[in-house]
Amino acid sequence: MEIKARSISKGKACGEVLLSTEPIGFLGGVDPETGNVIEKGHVLEGQNISGKILVFPNGKGSTVGSYIMLQLAKNGKAPVAIINVAAEPIIITGAIISGIPMVDEPNQDIFSVLKNGQIVEVDGEKGIISFQ
Amino acid sequence: MIELSQEEQKMLDGEISKAASQSMEILVALGRIYGAKRMIPITSAQVSGVSYKTIGQAGLEYLQDLVEKGAKTIVPTFLNPAGMDSEQWREMKIPEDFAKKQIKILDAYAKMGIMKTCTCAPYFIGIRPKLGEHIAWAESSAVSFANSVLGARTNREGGPSALAAAICGVTPEYGLHLDENRIAKIAVKIECELKTTADFGALGSAVGKLVKRKNPAFTGIKTASEEQLKVLGASMAATGSVPIYFIKNITPEYNVEENVDEIVFGEKELEESKDQLDSKEKPQLVTIGCPHASIKEIEDIAQMVSAKRPTCDFWICTSRKIKELAIERGYNKPIEAAGGKIVADTCMVVCPLESMGFSITGTNSGKAAKYLPNLCKQKVAFGDLEDILYR
Repeated sequence: MEIKARSISKGKACGEVLLSTEPIGFLGGVDPETGNVIEKGHVLEGQNISGKILVFPNGKGSTVGSYIMLQLAKNGKAPVAIINVAAEPIIITGAIISGIPMVDEPNQDIFSVLKNGQIVEVDGEKGIISFQ
Repeated sequence: MIELSQEEQKMLDGEISKAASQSMEILVALGRIYGAKRMIPITSAQVSGVSYKTIGQAGLEYLQDLVEKGAKTIVPTFLNPAGMDSEQWREMKIPEDFAKKQIKILDAYAKMGIMKTCTCAPYFIGIRPKLGEHIAWAESSAVSFANSVLGARTNREGGPSALAAAICGVTPEYGLHLDENRIAKIAVKIECELKTTADFGALGSAVGKLVKRKNPAFTGIKTASEEQLKVLGASMAATGSVPIYFIKNITPEYNVEENVDEIVFGEKELEESKDQLDSKEKPQLVTIGCPHASIKEIEDIAQMVSAKRPTCDFWICTSRKIKELAIERGYNKPIEAAGGKIVADTCMVVCPLESMGFSITGTNSGKAAKYLPNLCKQKVAFGDLEDILYR
């Protein structure tokens, strides 16, 4: 099955889905050394985003978030791809400079179609999310 | 498709420098994604991502790489706070290795022609773009202040996108650069009296969480100082990414969509918000100036602490310019006599507080209250200065 989305950052990646129904702020929200979500009370608190297809509505919080994404990538702890509902510049710039494939505006309700742990492929260039 | 001028195309094609080409690529990508038709010139840029604590080795290498590729800013460009006072870092007990890395970051920015203002409140040192001026600022609280209080126009840039705009002198025309997006989609009716800066911090923290990506318009706020507006905007930006707000009869613009939802915020909500932010503990250190303190705030604190000595250490975080002015006016003397420090270039959130022996920190800012627990492993004592300085 395929979901059409908008191309944000180039590259193709395949991995397990990790859903966050809440926005993510990378500065202070994610530990750049481990990829653990550390924001108190966040729906993903204590979970690890490394190697995942990270699905969340949009970014929030500090504009330094782009550099936290870059640190995650250099430490090998970044998500392999990002799907946003409506991307904002912090996450977009972070994905581009970190080389993380990214799409947004999927044409279906992504949170009801995808399940945690499901294997999905994201094509950042074509803007396609595909799965079995 | 975004149309580029000849000059912009040259930058993209690498005819100016590799850094300009890489920067224009970022701007073109943002423009494409947001449907911008063209680039527009900016009059200034303000860059976040300065503290070694937040951008780390990866950030430092990114900046050094840009310098090697010939990065030069072509509009006046200013820096956000660093991780330490560049003159007094030893006194602050900043670890030596941290300081070395921090200096390398500042050097990289300076090589690109960026002014080492190291402040999140450039508007308190005369950097005040006018109504309708296009700029590319990154510090989220300064974005809010510039859009809302000054009426200038900037999107909420990330550190690297503001830097790209500074190197190219332009930004893609979308979002808050356009009239149609400078409109509130939720109304907030204030039914209580907001007296202190902490009241504005508590209001901002609560509203930021409630508005869910809608820009708010406030009614029922009778007066507010620039210092209080600074804290209101910073707190909403921290808890809800709010880049612009309006206040009836106070902000230069006030545009609200018809028939929008309304939130009512009264005495009860104010108390609840303060209660949530405050651990009720006695702070070991009170930090004032999130965002950076104005000269007026420092004057008020000097008066307060001369009358009654605080029961804990306290720092006032501000820009180097304001610190120099405070010393010129002699405000530093009563502050130091009462056990306080005026710290320049940095703040409680981006310096390594946790490795300096503190675990409970007091603040009157909703932004600091949001970041201190995660970034500095601090418990937060939240309240008015009259409260937290004397607990």
